[in-house]
Amino acid sequence: MRNLILSHMCIASSVGFGQQATLSALASGHSGLLPCHFETVTLPTWTGEIEALDTIRLPPSLETFDCRNNKLAELTIRQDGFDDAVRAAVERYGAARIGLFVGTSTSGILQTEQAYRKRDPALPAWFHYAETHNTSSLAAYLRVRLGIAGPSFVVSCACASSAKAFGNAARMIAAGLCDAAIVGGADSLCLTTLYGFHSLNLNAPGPCRPFDVNRDGISIGEAAGFVLLEPMRTGDRTDGVRLLGIGESNDAHHMSSPHPEGVGARLAMERALASAGLRPADIDYINLHGTATRVGDAAEDAAVNSVFGDATARGSTKGHTGHTLGAAGAVEAIISALAIEHGLLPGSPHTEMIDPAFRGRYQLTSERARVDRVLSNSFGFGGSNCSLVLGCSR
Amino acid sequence: MIRVFVEGIGIAGPGLDGWSASRATLAGLAPYEPAPFVPPPVVLLPPAERRRAGTAIRLAIGAGLEALIQAGRDPAGMAMVFASSNGDSDTVHEILCVLATDRREVSPTRFHNSVHNAPAGYWAVATGSREPSTSLCAFDDGFSAGLLDAAVQATVDNRPVTLTAYDLPYPEPLHGVRPIEALFAAALVLTPEPTNRTIIALSIAPGRSGGTATAMTDSRLERLRLGNPAARGLPLLAAIARGAPDTVHLTASFGTGAEIAVEPC
Repeated sequence: MRNLILSHMCIASSVGFGQQATLSALASGHSGLLPCHFETVTLPTWTGEIEALDTIRLPPSLETFDCRNNKLAELTIRQDGFDDAVRAAVERYGAARIGLFVGTSTSGILQTEQAYRKRDPALPAWFHYAETHNTSSLAAYLRVRLGIAGPSFVVSCACASSAKAFGNAARMIAAGLCDAAIVGGADSLCLTTLYGFHSLNLNAPGPCRPFDVNRDGISIGEAAGFVLLEPMRTGDRTDGVRLLGIGESNDAHHMSSPHPEGVGARLAMERALASAGLRPADIDYINLHGTATRVGDAAEDAAVNSVFGDATARGSTKGHTGHTLGAAGAVEAIISALAIEHGLLPGSPHTEMIDPAFRGRYQLTSERARVDRVLSNSFGFGGSNCSLVLGCSR
Repeated sequence: MIRVFVEGIGIAGPGLDGWSASRATLAGLAPYEPAPFVPPPVVLLPPAERRRAGTAIRLAIGAGLEALIQAGRDPAGMAMVFASSNGDSDTVHEILCVLATDRREVSPTRFHNSVHNAPAGYWAVATGSREPSTSLCAFDDGFSAGLLDAAVQATVDNRPVTLTAYDLPYPEPLHGVRPIEALFAAALVLTPEPTNRTIIALSIAPGRSGGTATAMTDSRLERLRLGNPAARGLPLLAAIARGAPDTVHLTASFGTGAEIAVEPC
């Protein structure tokens, strides 16, 4: 595929707001996970909650969009000068030539959960369905907030959502329907996912421990990340991180369990490498999906080894942020870009003893290293898989 | 502007049970009789998944399979785009009801069926396809956003891509704030080059916000068009059914519209 540059990025998660805070947490091993005390939830599990979301206010003209997920998006685009960068891009390209493709799994459903408790029998007047609950809400909010008028939609493929959005954006740019695109994702805490994963016995009682022999489930986190994706032009600085390739697949196996040998995951990684025109040996670091479920990590270990062997450095950053579901693909693409820009192999807080059944160089602690190319995995319910390849031209 | 070729069409809704049975009605040559439509179980699914697949999944997969059978394409090799505003509305409502009780005992099957890409997941299990699929949402503009995404993927990746747009009503109380009048699904198999099965060519450009959407002549079909986001695509299906050169405007409420030139070939 034609390379696209990640010209601006913004990120917010439970480890911090902005690239610098995120990078510091990755370097120091800081985890944002704490025992869950979200809303009225009484589950024995840990979450990566952003408490400051309660204090975020949307612009007054957009208050019908008010919900936790759009507050999270608002908090995030205020980081790293992102909203200013988009404003400049709108001036440069024109609003209609910038697309917007963002991922979420649960959008503003927390709003509906609270509205259902107050139903009488109709929903309360403060509930705004289209602007909060509907899956399109995140794109609708950002479109208005950032003044974008190009093609836009929400990609909602569970935990692969915002990784896959990079593919939709890259194809739209390649087809000439837009000159640049805002890509990313946001997912915020809600009762649906906390009690839903609980029903599947997938919430860890403590902080998640990816690839640990004693791993016992996920920690749900909330986070968002957005990038401005632009084609390389003659005269552009060449040291920025680029999207080099993308691979997508389906497991065709089960709705909530991955294929045990990771057949679909393997296909996504192979397609991403082919799309980038790279060999496995060209990859310096693999950002694993690594959610810390028993079967998920085992399937990914098998799939990664079948493509890369055991020498390539790899790790999951879920011990930092928790599993940020539909935002994970974009958040971890930005973490991967930070790893490349700053020469850092992130570690894996809370993981103590790597499962001896697993092979491969798993990063327990962060390490300074030259990182030119990263493959980042995101896998979701429905067997939806996506791998991104990011790199620079050093 | 993107040019793609339609090889197969699927349609499901009240009084619209498949393309061949609906074509004359859509072309204005036969009266529209909106008889209730109940999506049948997906026979390709293993028994356990067949039981778990509710109306939304049956509706979406049924329309997609109809289009692929017409195109003579193996679904296992097909890239898919699923577009829906509300996803599995019954399942989402059931979970919300349970979460409003003290016990909050969510059913694990309902939880995994509640994801927006549930039809894509069941589609892959049913057909054995490991090819990519996108599940997207653009509120009332899902049909045009999905059409644009599928046409772009067909062109850029040089492969056939099938769009399935579907939506169905919510139970109350969500119906009160998001009224969907009837269930509806439409599917199109798109190819980047003409083939010996090509039905018609489409030249698609992203539409601007506002403007006037192409309406349906029959008042009850027009009510369906306005009463279901997926049915916003009905004017395109009607133009294809008539088979004459035409231009269809799918306007955008707050997302992506499309302007489509329909060209017999």
